[in-house]
Amino acid sequence: MPDAIVAEGLVKKYGDVVALDGMELTVPEGTVFGLLGPNGAGKTTTVRILTTLLKPDAGHAKVAGFDVVRDARRLRAHIGVSGQYAAVDDHLTGAENLEMVGRLYHLGVKRAKQRARELLERFDLTEAGDRPVQGYSGGMRRRLDLAGALVVSPPVLFLDEPTTGLDPRARASLWDVISELVTAGTTVLLTTQYMEEADRLADRIGVVDHGHVIALGTADELKDQVGGDRIELSVTSAADLETVRWTLAPLAVGDMQFDATALRATIPVTGGAAALTTALGHLAAERITVLDAGLRRPTLDDVFLTLTGHEADEKIKETVR
Amino acid sequence: MNALQMALADGMTITKRNALKIKRAPDLLGGVVLLPIVLVLLFAYVFGSMIDLPGMSYTEYLLPGIFVMTITTSAQITGYTLTLDLQKGIFDRFRTLPMSPSAVLTGQTFSDLITNVTSIVTMALVGLLVGWRIHTSPLEAALGFLVLLLFAYAFSWVTATVALALRTPEVFNNVATIVSLPLVFLSNAFVDSARLPGPLKVIAEWSPISTLIQGTRELFGNTSPAMPVPSAWPLQHAVPASILWSLVLLVVFVPLATRLYKRAVSQ
Repeated sequence: MPDAIVAEGLVKKYGDVVALDGMELTVPEGTVFGLLGPNGAGKTTTVRILTTLLKPDAGHAKVAGFDVVRDARRLRAHIGVSGQYAAVDDHLTGAENLEMVGRLYHLGVKRAKQRARELLERFDLTEAGDRPVQGYSGGMRRRLDLAGALVVSPPVLFLDEPTTGLDPRARASLWDVISELVTAGTTVLLTTQYMEEADRLADRIGVVDHGHVIALGTADELKDQVGGDRIELSVTSAADLETVRWTLAPLAVGDMQFDATALRATIPVTGGAAALTTALGHLAAERITVLDAGLRRPTLDDVFLTLTGHEADEKIKETVR
Repeated sequence: MNALQMALADGMTITKRNALKIKRAPDLLGGVVLLPIVLVLLFAYVFGSMIDLPGMSYTEYLLPGIFVMTITTSAQITGYTLTLDLQKGIFDRFRTLPMSPSAVLTGQTFSDLITNVTSIVTMALVGLLVGWRIHTSPLEAALGFLVLLLFAYAFSWVTATVALALRTPEVFNNVATIVSLPLVFLSNAFVDSARLPGPLKVIAEWSPISTLIQGTRELFGNTSPAMPVPSAWPLQHAVPASILWSLVLLVVFVPLATRLYKRAVSQ
């Protein structure tokens, strides 16, 4: 399968601030790549370079076979972009917004009008289509913005934090739309701060921090990388929680977490169900009453905290130096 | 489609977009239609009743000045709209499209040309109601309107340049007001520049605004033999000098605005 997006060693500096520091990524055709990271990690800068809005200071990238700097103009006919800030005109109606984009893609007046109607229907905006965008809700604006990115059915689509700031219902409906696109074979590069979003939409995920990818893989691979499973249990008193701490310390393969208010403990372990049985055995021997006990796979939140927490420390050392 | 056809087609698309925006935004429309009406009526009745000129009515003397004042004011719509668009993501969307990059600025300035036509027609009609008359041939009169519009178009590129350098709507508005008021008042718009004191007289007589007003007065026949034209070269050759000024502004500010636009959007 050929790669729709390849970025190698992208560097972008704004004065002293290094926004991108050797960003690498590869997205095979027809797959969804999720770029996951906190604010300021370099996600948007990456998208701006890949969509020809910014020139990198170093490194190079190809999208749909076109170099993002040298072939910028030709590349633009093959990509769609939907940004963090819905790029729609308030005073224009939904239909007029889409028609304008269609005409700027040089579809011709008639085809642009027709395409605008098709997209409005597909994004459930038919009724609102002839009203100025001013009166649209946040979710409707995002849908319209996404529709604008799909006017020519581009083979590669960039979605920069498509659901940031949306309420859960609007987010779920946008996720459905994106899932449909992917089924239709579009290659998607998605940036997000939400683990849940990356987990749900992306085939592969790159965790970004300080301008480069610090971990890469499927959601499951990333979870494995953080190590094993998590035992979660709750007890009846603070004293028991303390007992849990020293009793189970030999079993833990990473930092244990304790919540003194909820009287809950989270212990990273390897060995799955057998580890849980061993742990419960130890606790029974200490006559601890366990209210609730379970084994779960690490979430992307665990992945994220483990990986970026470590990385943030290193960065502090660098700046101190 | 070749590059020129594309630039024209895209320019028209953006023009249409801006024209729709002006139609739907009452605040902008007020500036284009209502303000000129108010200005013509105020100046014609307040000053027109107080000031006497030798050999002609003050209203006739005044109207070309109001025309020019209004086009310099509404040219600021170009700059203001650009700063507003800069703050939204709309230019990013445009720049990821396979469109002609020059279309954003040509589209913006063209749509402002449409608003200027609207302003000038409104003012001319209200002017006729309050006693302003054209005393020249239809050809000269038409040339008068064309000279006004050419300057208005060129001046849009000036405000576009300023706006793209300043980038925020608030700052742009302040600067535009502070600069445009003296520009209009330090001219022959309301008073005979020959009667201004020393340095003000020199500034007023060499100001492009005075040149344009004098040129417009001549083309509409709003002059009087009892009021001699000052000896400054641009005022002696006001019509060609007005056209020359417009061309100079275009030659300087079109490339400048284009460069600033590219810089403003690639950050």
